Amino acid sequence: MSDLNRIDQIVAGYQSTQSPLIYILKDVQKEFGHLSEPVLTRVAEATRIPLSEIYGVATFYSLFTTKPKGQHIVRCCNNAPCWVNGSKDVLEKIKEYLEIETGETTEDGSFTLEFTSCLGLCAVAPVMMVDEQVYGNLTPEKAVAILRDFKTKGSANA
Amino acid sequence: MKSISVTIDGTRITVPEGTTVLDAAKKAQIKIPTLCYHPDLPPVSACRLCVVEIAGDRLLRTACSWQCRDGMEISTKSALVRDSRKMALELLLSRHPMKCTECVRNGSCELQDVADLLGIRENPFEYRERKGELDLSSASIVRDPSKCILCRRCIQTCEMVQSVSAIGLEGRGYDVWVDTPFGKGIADTPCVSCGQCIDRCPVGALYETSHVDRVWRALDNPQKHVVIQTAPAVRVAISEEFGLEPGKLTTKQMVAGLKRLGFDRVFDTNFTADLTIIEEGHELLGRLKKGGKLPMLTSCSPGWINFIEHFFPELLPHVSSCKSPQQMFGALAKTYYAQKFGIDPKDVFSVSMMPCTAKKYEADRPEMNASGYQDVDAVLTTREVAVMMKQIGIDLPNMHEEEYDDPLGVSTGAAVIFGNTGGVMEAALRTVYEVVTEKPLDDIEITAVRGMEGIREAEIDLAGTKVKAAVANGLYNARQLLDKIVAGTADYHFIEIMACPGGCIGGGGQPIPTSQEIRAKRTEAIYTEDRAYELRKSHENPAVQLLYKEFLGEPNGHKAHELLHTHYTAKSQYQPDSAA
Repeated sequence: MSDLNRIDQIVAGYQSTQSPLIYILKDVQKEFGHLSEPVLTRVAEATRIPLSEIYGVATFYSLFTTKPKGQHIVRCCNNAPCWVNGSKDVLEKIKEYLEIETGETTEDGSFTLEFTSCLGLCAVAPVMMVDEQVYGNLTPEKAVAILRDFKTKGSANA
Repeated sequence: MKSISVTIDGTRITVPEGTTVLDAAKKAQIKIPTLCYHPDLPPVSACRLCVVEIAGDRLLRTACSWQCRDGMEISTKSALVRDSRKMALELLLSRHPMKCTECVRNGSCELQDVADLLGIRENPFEYRERKGELDLSSASIVRDPSKCILCRRCIQTCEMVQSVSAIGLEGRGYDVWVDTPFGKGIADTPCVSCGQCIDRCPVGALYETSHVDRVWRALDNPQKHVVIQTAPAVRVAISEEFGLEPGKLTTKQMVAGLKRLGFDRVFDTNFTADLTIIEEGHELLGRLKKGGKLPMLTSCSPGWINFIEHFFPELLPHVSSCKSPQQMFGALAKTYYAQKFGIDPKDVFSVSMMPCTAKKYEADRPEMNASGYQDVDAVLTTREVAVMMKQIGIDLPNMHEEEYDDPLGVSTGAAVIFGNTGGVMEAALRTVYEVVTEKPLDDIEITAVRGMEGIREAEIDLAGTKVKAAVANGLYNARQLLDKIVAGTADYHFIEIMACPGGCIGGGGQPIPTSQEIRAKRTEAIYTEDRAYELRKSHENPAVQLLYKEFLGEPNGHKAHELLHTHYTAKSQYQPDSAA
């Protein structure tokens, strides 16, 4: 875990930026993994923005997280085009394989499962994202194979 | 300002440019329902109840925030408007628990009122509970998020009126909720317990921690000698709880009502307000003479004390060491009073009736036990006293009149003005002037420190020494003065700060609703009460003079310091639960 003093450096880097909070939170989350209470308290002290306001921003955007997340983030699309192409079955299989519900993190800390809105890849629906990588034309079996690869090799081919 | 004309429901009216549709409708005698709108706060257009239809406009507009334009044709009653309002309200009601008979705001709830106004008789939407848990962490304030309607008034009040920002809007979409950061108890935030959020909450999502049961138990216990002190500001407001117009004075009826409730003695916080002036006045003179920390800051308002402890701990040496009048009273009730009347102090149960929620926190402070006991055992807000009176059928406006009891019920006009912003300053100056100059003050009403502006300044000539004073009400305004002290640009000698807008008359324990107009009427009633007093300077209070002679000795003397003065604690704003 990084040193909280790093937060002061990050904040100082945005001194001349207008409305810098989102940039600061993005950098801080990258550094610390998630926006914990001690971390955001330090952001509040360094920026002199009330903690309630910072916490509001951190909980508004789904890409910010105040709780620790798994090593890999799995985001399953829950919009209509994926749904009609079988995303429900894919999701059920993933939940069964990871033994968690959406919004939860596996016990070994390797995966967090989330929903995402449309990724703009409806042509290859159903889709999911694992970390920064997108995977399309999924079947329940294919999805599990991808996650198994992540677990064993730390990555997977599309 | 330029005038424009608009037509509302066929009625043509002329209004100044910049008038909102809501205000224009009011002028045309048309009532538009509102929920999130509050006259003290800028509109946020969150509840969508005030929507109106404007000819040529594709969308419905919120009357609270939409400005009139010349020639605008507004409908406040079209089918679209009616349906839209009704659905907005049904959706709000579908997330409200509807346990009205168990709610502290039963009968004074704006959601109830507006449901009545719109003729709601059923709701097609299924009830869905709101996120958030009942928060009982504070000595002063209870938060029940299940009743929240997301109007955001509390958030605005905490941020804009008080510059505290203890709570905010968290999450988004359907699951948005009002909360503290990380869902901590409100007691673990820099909340100052002022209760201004309670005064502006339209429903029962925020209310005071009740001491009603505690007080009834003491009143029912024949072993207990139960005394009550009443703050200056409660006497100009309690009548509102009984349906009278704001500003109606019912002091003597209130005293009679309290006696009917069963209090053994009904005393007046005004007595210790006079005492505060003597102690604080001498402390100021001492600091001026001996080069003590200046400017000296007043210490009567417990919300303000919480604020400086959290946000400006480095300035604590500026704060007068005097306890507030409530706490001075508590200490004397269990020492001087008990001794004088041969009552065992352990049997004295000391209650205070306050316009304030922070007074509950103050009474709970562990250091407030100079008498050997907790100085104040229970604190009732103006609202809670009204509840107790109604429980036993007291109709305040029709009560007979009774007087306060001796000796802790004797006071002067200088004490009653403590209830108004500027009042402590004025009372102090009335006394300090005469003590220093040994001449009577020509004009006792020091109007320079009166008024409703956030910050006011005055300069008083004390036998050649110019004393520069400032007054702030509302913590947002207080912060402006404190920033100046930190920056070294404040050349004041004495600053009065009250946490609430208008001072104690606008306190978080006062009848709901509140507005600038209501506060102004209570303020005027306080000055009316002052003018009715024969004695209007604290140092002329004969009971206070006797107290020094019989018991305390000298102002700021050893005994006074032991019982009537206190110390403060620097607090952090947030204490994170775990290390990173």
